[in-house]
Amino acid sequence: MIRVQQLVKKFGDFTAVDNVSFDVAKGEIFAFLGPNGAGKTTTIKMLTTLLAPTSGTLEIDGMNPVEKQHEVRKQFGIVFQDPSLDQDLTAWENMELHGALYHVPRKVRKQRAELLLKLFELWDRKDSLVKTFSGGMKRRLEIARGFLHTPKILFLDEPTLGLDPQSRNQLWTHVKNLNQNEGVTVFLTTHYMDEADRVASRIAVIDHGKIVAIGSSAELKAQTGKESLEDAFLALTGTAIRDETAGSAEQMRQVAKMWRR
Amino acid sequence: MEPIYMLGLREVKRYTRSKPQIIASLGQPLLYLLALGFGLGAVYQKAGGGSYLQFISPGIIGMAVLFSSVFSGIALLWDRQFGFLKETLVAPVPRLEIMIGRTLGSATTSMFQGLLVSVVCLIAGFRPISLASIPLAFLFLLLIAILFAALGTTIGSVIPDMQAFPIVMNFLVLPIFFLSGALFPLDSSPKALKIISAFDPLSYGVDGMRGALVGHSHYGPLVDAVVLCGIAIVLLCIGAWRFSKIEI
Repeated sequence: MIRVQQLVKKFGDFTAVDNVSFDVAKGEIFAFLGPNGAGKTTTIKMLTTLLAPTSGTLEIDGMNPVEKQHEVRKQFGIVFQDPSLDQDLTAWENMELHGALYHVPRKVRKQRAELLLKLFELWDRKDSLVKTFSGGMKRRLEIARGFLHTPKILFLDEPTLGLDPQSRNQLWTHVKNLNQNEGVTVFLTTHYMDEADRVASRIAVIDHGKIVAIGSSAELKAQTGKESLEDAFLALTGTAIRDETAGSAEQMRQVAKMWRR
Repeated sequence: MEPIYMLGLREVKRYTRSKPQIIASLGQPLLYLLALGFGLGAVYQKAGGGSYLQFISPGIIGMAVLFSSVFSGIALLWDRQFGFLKETLVAPVPRLEIMIGRTLGSATTSMFQGLLVSVVCLIAGFRPISLASIPLAFLFLLLIAILFAALGTTIGSVIPDMQAFPIVMNFLVLPIFFLSGALFPLDSSPKALKIISAFDPLSYGVDGMRGALVGHSHYGPLVDAVVLCGIAIVLLCIGAWRFSKIEI
């Protein structure tokens, strides 16, 4: 469903993604596990047509997201790391707008929006403005919205960041159920080991833009000779603390790039 | 077509939910109308120009539409800030449709703002020459709104910086307003000024409205309409192209 070969993304002289290759099968839940600034989000942005790769090939359902942007955009849903809801609209209006953008027929849209809002326990608040929602509710709404157009692939970029254990637990239960019931392929990134361990069928450990190990949780543990995935992760990526590379210098570069064009 | 409608509807909903914005943006046109309309009215009349209030009312209405439509481009920067922009960028919707949807939405709210100012002008004593001319004036109002909403959105997609946007806008909008003939008759202005005004899209908008409402036109309504349509289409295309270049 997803095929990535020798993917490279450079920002100026900084290499964010360095020669990454992997495959994700249909119906699989695949996790990208890595410390901050490892290149997880950059990879997702390239897969979802938001960034063009420096080199390498990408395939989403057999299509190249650089050439067939429009076709590829129809295939996936995405929950971004940062919020992407319209806070001045209600939950229902956010769902409706999303349905319209993805050309979901009105009737189907209504049924599915109702189903998903009920599933994620937001139905009672469907007519409240999103800015009155708690962090957990916003997150749930984003995920519900991502499923609205029945995508073939769902990208989840650190979807549980800042959520309490109850919300995290519930969220993964829903994602697993939808994966089983609707056969949606899930590509997620996280830096919580327990989540990757529990949800993902395969895990790729990424660090400094490179994939350092790939396999099921059991395989990773066996490979490193550690008992927990956390220890395996630390064995693979070391114990030094990382700084986010996308700091102000990076932002300046982005701005400069926009002006140059 | 539905994405265009829904994106437009979104702009309208956000606008109607912000009542202070609606009221506050009436302030500036009102100030111009009162200070200039009444302040300079007597001088204008003495010079043999007739009623100045009649003359500048179309200009003030045009100004209200200009300001609110151009500044609506900042919504794009807010969307970038709050993340909603990403939602529209990953959607399988042609960039031209996104551009048109946003532009028509902003144009609708600016039109509404223009109509509010029209009511204020009527209260102040402005009288259109005939009721039959109102649909034509309405058309010009719409064209001004679309053109400048497209300009605002295009600039919003080029300047990703929250601080720079208002400064760039003021730098652009004030000359557009002052050189447009909104406040003075182009017929009797110096040649150099006439030439500059001919490059100002608002000149044609205000001229068209003045032609319809007061019965006095410098360029003629057909020229006005053609120029406004042409520039609006060009700006929509540039905006869509800029949109397709946005990376986050």
